[in-house]
Amino acid sequence: MNDTLLSDPAVIAVVVLGAVSVGSGIAVFVVDSMARATFALLVSFLAIAGVLLALDLVYLAVVTALMMTIEMAIMAVFMIMFMMNPAGLMPMTMVHNGRGSAAVGFVAFVALTVGIWTTDWPSRRGQPPADTTRQLGEAIMGSHMLVMLVVGIGLFATILSGTILATGRGRYDRFGADLRATRPDDPTPGGLPR
Amino acid sequence: MSDQTTLQTVLTVAAALVGVGLFGALSQQSIVMVMMGLELVVNGVMLGAGAAWFFLTPDLPDAQMLVVIALVVMAVEMAMGFAATIAIYRARQVDMVDMATDLHG
Repeated sequence: MNDTLLSDPAVIAVVVLGAVSVGSGIAVFVVDSMARATFALLVSFLAIAGVLLALDLVYLAVVTALMMTIEMAIMAVFMIMFMMNPAGLMPMTMVHNGRGSAAVGFVAFVALTVGIWTTDWPSRRGQPPADTTRQLGEAIMGSHMLVMLVVGIGLFATILSGTILATGRGRYDRFGADLRATRPDDPTPGGLPR
Repeated sequence: MSDQTTLQTVLTVAAALVGVGLFGALSQQSIVMVMMGLELVVNGVMLGAGAAWFFLTPDLPDAQMLVVIALVVMAVEMAMGFAATIAIYRARQVDMVDMATDLHG
């Protein structure tokens, strides 16, 4: 009789996926090719999605996998746009203060790990619901609605800010600082008046 | 493996992700690579929150909400990061953090 919360195969899967996640996370900063770095990061995210799946968080695992796949596909395009060595045809490192950064990362890891292994963790309280997605959905639409309201406003602000930052020419470029120009100053004439 | 040991192992993996991400965010010169480091940190937060939900309080939705917030943070970080990258590249052809140190004290 197995009286642990996770079955043995699930524990093995969690450990293996965790190792894969950390390994590919390290690979992100080791490989020469930016495209490979992007896909190493994707592997890391997919491994974490697998761990969430093993922990009964089916909805969040699927959302993580789908969202990260799309996000990394977009990121790969940006990587190739902005990096001088997208295909990894020559070795390349672009780091500053590598030793100090490694020390900070290592100290953070050690501090967290010491805390994790010296804490007397409480035992599990309650049982997982039959449908974990329903638990999350009811929280979003009920007790935790404020969180979703804030998240919604934040995402809306992100849409606006992203558009404004990415727009090359705004109305001040077209109509002057006081917006009083009668004709817009466009590279190609024929723009619509305000 | 006891439940507590499994929880501690998963949290150690999360701590490793945070450590690796921190190293990447601090050491990389390319703006896009800095963002990848930050994403690894948030990845670790997601894993830790998921493990906390399963092993500690599965009857409460709070830890699940933390995973949702981490996902949203990741999306916002990436959208705003790329928007800022495009804006500064368009204005000054800057694609490395060392070239954008105007606010450096």
